[in-house]
Amino acid sequence: MINLPLLPILIPLLTGVLLMFFTKRLWMQRIVSFLSTLLTIGVSLYLVSQVKANGILTVTLGSWPAPFGITLVSDMLSALLVLTTSVLVFFVIWYSMTYLSEQHQRFYYYIAVQFLLVGVNGAFTTGDIFNMFVFFEVFLISSYVLIVLGGKPAQLRESLKYLLVNVISSALFVMTVAFLYGIIGTLNMADISQKISEINQPGILSVIAILFLVVFGLKGAIFPLYFWLPGSYQVPPTPVLALFGALLTKVGVYGILRTYSLFFSNEIGIIHSLLGGLALATIIIGVIGALATKDAKQILIYNIIVAVGVILYGVSVMTRQSLEGAVFYLLHDMLIKAALFLLVGIMIGIAGSSRLKSMGGMIKAYPLLGWTYFIAALSLAGIPPFSGFIGKLLIVRGGIEAGDLVGPFIVLASSLLVLYSVMQIFIRGFWGTPKTYTGSRRHLVKQLLAPSILLVMITVAYGVGAEAVRPFITQAVDPLVDPSLYIQAVLKEG
Amino acid sequence: MEIIMAIAAGILTMCAVYLILSKSILRIIIGTGLLSHAAHLLVMTMGGLKTGAAPVLEDGVTKYTDPLPQALVLTAIVISFGVTAFFLVLAYRAYQELGTDNIEEMKGTDTND
Repeated sequence: MINLPLLPILIPLLTGVLLMFFTKRLWMQRIVSFLSTLLTIGVSLYLVSQVKANGILTVTLGSWPAPFGITLVSDMLSALLVLTTSVLVFFVIWYSMTYLSEQHQRFYYYIAVQFLLVGVNGAFTTGDIFNMFVFFEVFLISSYVLIVLGGKPAQLRESLKYLLVNVISSALFVMTVAFLYGIIGTLNMADISQKISEINQPGILSVIAILFLVVFGLKGAIFPLYFWLPGSYQVPPTPVLALFGALLTKVGVYGILRTYSLFFSNEIGIIHSLLGGLALATIIIGVIGALATKDAKQILIYNIIVAVGVILYGVSVMTRQSLEGAVFYLLHDMLIKAALFLLVGIMIGIAGSSRLKSMGGMIKAYPLLGWTYFIAALSLAGIPPFSGFIGKLLIVRGGIEAGDLVGPFIVLASSLLVLYSVMQIFIRGFWGTPKTYTGSRRHLVKQLLAPSILLVMITVAYGVGAEAVRPFITQAVDPLVDPSLYIQAVLKEG
Repeated sequence: MEIIMAIAAGILTMCAVYLILSKSILRIIIGTGLLSHAAHLLVMTMGGLKTGAAPVLEDGVTKYTDPLPQALVLTAIVISFGVTAFFLVLAYRAYQELGTDNIEEMKGTDTND
């Protein structure tokens, strides 16, 4: 199958188009999007196995040879990210069927989710920097629709700001691509990587590196550019929030990971230490936010920021071990953040509000929910048998190996504080005297628990089966450590 | 010619930043439009503004216009057009619901689900 890397983009795209033909029939919408995401998962699994067997797969669209046409590249990193994305979207669709009101689902909800999947999968797969911009726009426009669906005053107010921030960062992205094209004269990422070392212009390259940091940092919410995230992510309903928190920020992180390993790998100087410093500041600011708030949603939202910081610290160190840790933690965080948001969504559905004040004593009525949340919380903080531990261990060891002590200390200290912040939800929500719950979704808990528990089980399996996952991670890190593998796969096969 | 275009892109960016920093949403939207125009102009300029033969792959043509930036700008214009249209509709709905177009009055952190 030569066109295999295209399928995870094409299937949701065609599904999205197909769904537009019967927008009135909700049941058909649900069944079709449920089945098509299952199919996407199957294809992504096959893609991962093929990449494992045959190395990096490339598709040149229209058979134009590599530096001229648009190339899609599936190395192990992007294949794993595509698989994780498809799995998450599947569970979120399953969850949304019962969580969201029928009226909400009727307003093109499933279509927007399918196009979000197109954009995210495309951004992970593309090997062309301008194409990446286009796929960014695809998922951003879907996210504009998802964030504003519902039309409450608070949603309109926050989506205006979300839209403005993203429009500005998109314009900056185009400008960055323009500068890059101006000095290198190509848009193919492998070609850029090859030629960027020949052009001896460190000044303008630093400018481009920092512009990329700003562009992807705005999407990924790193330290000075995270300001829009807590407000915007507060307003959409929880399943949408699970998609945003798990996928959208991680695409920004992927952008930094890809560009910094391919384009700027030779300049491990000021730019990488800048990235490291910002990553540590991101961890600190995220932890402070998570500890300061008394709102279940906000605690998790600030934890998104912490995770972005931890991953980017691993990226900035740029040793093999820290990169392995970063990739491992990236996949772990996508899964566990979505699972936690789905679980907290059930709590909000029971209590009717996301404030911790209005919850309490839920463990009596909902023991299964409570213990699932407990496992997910331990997993997020990185308690040993679970998946967060291995990623953090590798990042910390990589950091120490590179001679840095402050970074590993902050990463380790942050895990304790993260544990404290998510345990706040457990203690205040599940312990204490039961309150009278007034939430509108109290009767739906059974249906909502099924996808959430399955997702938590996947994350537990991911941690316990780390030995089995390790070869995949190692293969994913290979082209990051040694860009020539990526370059050869793209340019030689063309 | 390239220098004039670069200066024009700079002036457009300047006006865009001024407009985006103002309080009225309509001005902000016009500002984002100007910002994307500046970005498009920059892409064109960075490709080089040579005049010459048509951009076809043919042997012996030495002076031709680079077709790639034009293709890129075409894509980017379509995207920015769509986003601006969405932005305008959103601003109108927000004006209806919130009763104001002043971004200063849109602060708040009320929680809901």
